[in-house]
Amino acid sequence: MPTQSLVEIRDVNFSYDQRPILNGINMSFGKGKLIAVMGGSGCGKTTLLRLIGGALKPTKGEVRIDGQVIHELDMAGLYAMRRKMGMLFQFGALFTDMSVYDNVAFQMREHTDLPDEIIHDLVMMKLHAVGLRGTHHLMPTELSGGMARRVALARTVALDPMLIMYDEPFAGLDPISLSVVGQLIRKLNDALGATSVIVTHDVQESLKIVDYVYFIAEGVIVAEGTPAEIIASDKPYVHQFVHGEMDGPIPFHYAAANSYAQDLGVNV
Amino acid sequence: MPIAKSLRAIGRRSINSVWRLGFATRFLALTLFYSGTSFRRFHLTVKEIFSSGVMSLIIILVSGMFVGMVLGLQGYETLKRYGSESALGSLVALSLVRELGPVLAALLFASRAGSAMTAEIGLMKATEQISAMEMMAVNPIARVVAPRFWAGVISMPLLAALFSAMGVFGGYVVGVVVIGVDEGSFWSQMQGAVDFQHDVMNGVLKSFVFGVAVTAIALFEGFDAPPTAEGVSGATTRTVVQSSLAILMLDFILTAFMFRGA
Repeated sequence: MPTQSLVEIRDVNFSYDQRPILNGINMSFGKGKLIAVMGGSGCGKTTLLRLIGGALKPTKGEVRIDGQVIHELDMAGLYAMRRKMGMLFQFGALFTDMSVYDNVAFQMREHTDLPDEIIHDLVMMKLHAVGLRGTHHLMPTELSGGMARRVALARTVALDPMLIMYDEPFAGLDPISLSVVGQLIRKLNDALGATSVIVTHDVQESLKIVDYVYFIAEGVIVAEGTPAEIIASDKPYVHQFVHGEMDGPIPFHYAAANSYAQDLGVNV
Repeated sequence: MPIAKSLRAIGRRSINSVWRLGFATRFLALTLFYSGTSFRRFHLTVKEIFSSGVMSLIIILVSGMFVGMVLGLQGYETLKRYGSESALGSLVALSLVRELGPVLAALLFASRAGSAMTAEIGLMKATEQISAMEMMAVNPIARVVAPRFWAGVISMPLLAALFSAMGVFGGYVVGVVVIGVDEGSFWSQMQGAVDFQHDVMNGVLKSFVFGVAVTAIALFEGFDAPPTAEGVSGATTRTVVQSSLAILMLDFILTAFMFRGA
C-alpha cells in the first residue's frame, strides 16, 4: 500500500452493548485507491463504514481521515468532514419525495450558494456520467433497481468527494446493472482522484475493479492483498469465500445445543 | 414468583416510559433549536403546509359541515323545550369556537396528517434516507423535522377556524334553511353571544397548543420508529392514540383555565 494514506484505522475495537463486532482492526487506504472490504453477513463490514463516516465511535483505537481523528470532531467538524465524503447506501436511499434531478441537486443546494443555472449544468453532467441524463424528471419510484443505484451514485459524487464509501453497491442487481455499476465506481474514482471503499459480498465483480482487498471474519482481518494475491490465496477462509464453497471455516450448520440424534429423539 | 415477575415488568415499563418522555422532550428542544432553516428557507415549510394542511382540508370542511348540521338539529330540539329557538345561532357558534372546532379538527388532523407524518419519517428512516442525509452533512432535524413541525403548528389553528366556520354554516343550513328559525335572530344572537377575545382567541390558542402536541408526537414517533414494517405500523398507531389522548387531556386543562367561572 502507498505510504500516503487518506484513511488510517488503528487498533479499532467496536462492540454493540456487550457484543464485540470488530477486534483490533488495522487498515490503511491510500489516496486514489479503490479498496474492497469483504466478509460474510454480520462480520462488521457496515459497522466499519459507519466508523469511518463518524456515525459510530470505536470502543478502542482511532479512525483518521485526512489526518483528523473522526470521532474526536465536534458536530461542526464532523459535518465539515462529511462534506468531503460521499456514501452510497445499499439500496440507494434516494429521497422518495424528490425527483431524480432534485436528489442529485440536494447537496449542491444545501452546501453551496451556486445559482440555479450552474446547479442545473452540474446535475446534468453528473447524471450524464452515470448514463441517466434522460431520467432527470422522473421520481425514484419510476426507476428500476439498477437505475436507482446509478442515480444514487450520481448524488454521492455530486460535490466531488475525496472519500467515497459504498455499502453493498451490487446487492440485488441483474448482471448487466452489476457490471455497469462496477465500471462506474472504478471510472468515477479515477476521474475524481478520490479514494473509495467498497463493502461487498460480491467477490467476482469487486475483484475485477479494486486495487486492494481486506477480508474480515468474526471481527478480525483474516486476509488482505491485491486481487491477484486473493485469488491465489490458499487460506481456507479466503478459498471458501472466493469459490463460494458450502462448508469450511464458516460452517454450514449453525451450532445447536443438542446433537442431531437428540433433536430427532433417536436413541443411538 | 409471579408477583416479582409482574413487579419487574411494571418497573421496566415505567423506566421505559420515563426514558421515552426524556427523549421526546430532548427531541422537541432540538426541533426548536434547529428551527432557523424552517424560516430562512420558508418554502420548505410551505411545502409541508401543503402536505399536512391543504391536503387535510376536505376531511376538515366536510366533517365541520356535518358536525354543525347535527348541532343545529340537536340544539333546536333542546332549545325548543325552553322556547329559546332563536338562541340556536349562539349555541352552535359557542360550541364550535370554544370546544368542538379546536378539538375535533385536532383529532382529525392527528388521524389524517399526524399518522402520515409518522409513516413518512418512519419509512425515510427504514430506507436509510435519514442516514443518507446525515452522511451528506445535512441535519435531518433541521431539514426534515422542523419544517414539518412548524407546518403542523401553523396549519392547525387555520384548520380549526375553517372547521368552525363550516360548522356555523352547517348549523345555519339546518336551523334557518331547513327548520325555519328566524335568520335575523340566528345571526344577531350569535354576534351578541360570541366574544372575540374570550371565545374566539381562546379557541385559537387551544388549537395552537393541540397543533404543537399532535405534530411533536407524530414527528417523534416517526423518528423513533424501529426501521421495520412492524415498527412503522406500531409508531403510526401510537401517534393516533397518544395524540387523541393528549388533545382531550390538554383540552380539559385549557378549558379549566380559560372558562372557569366565565
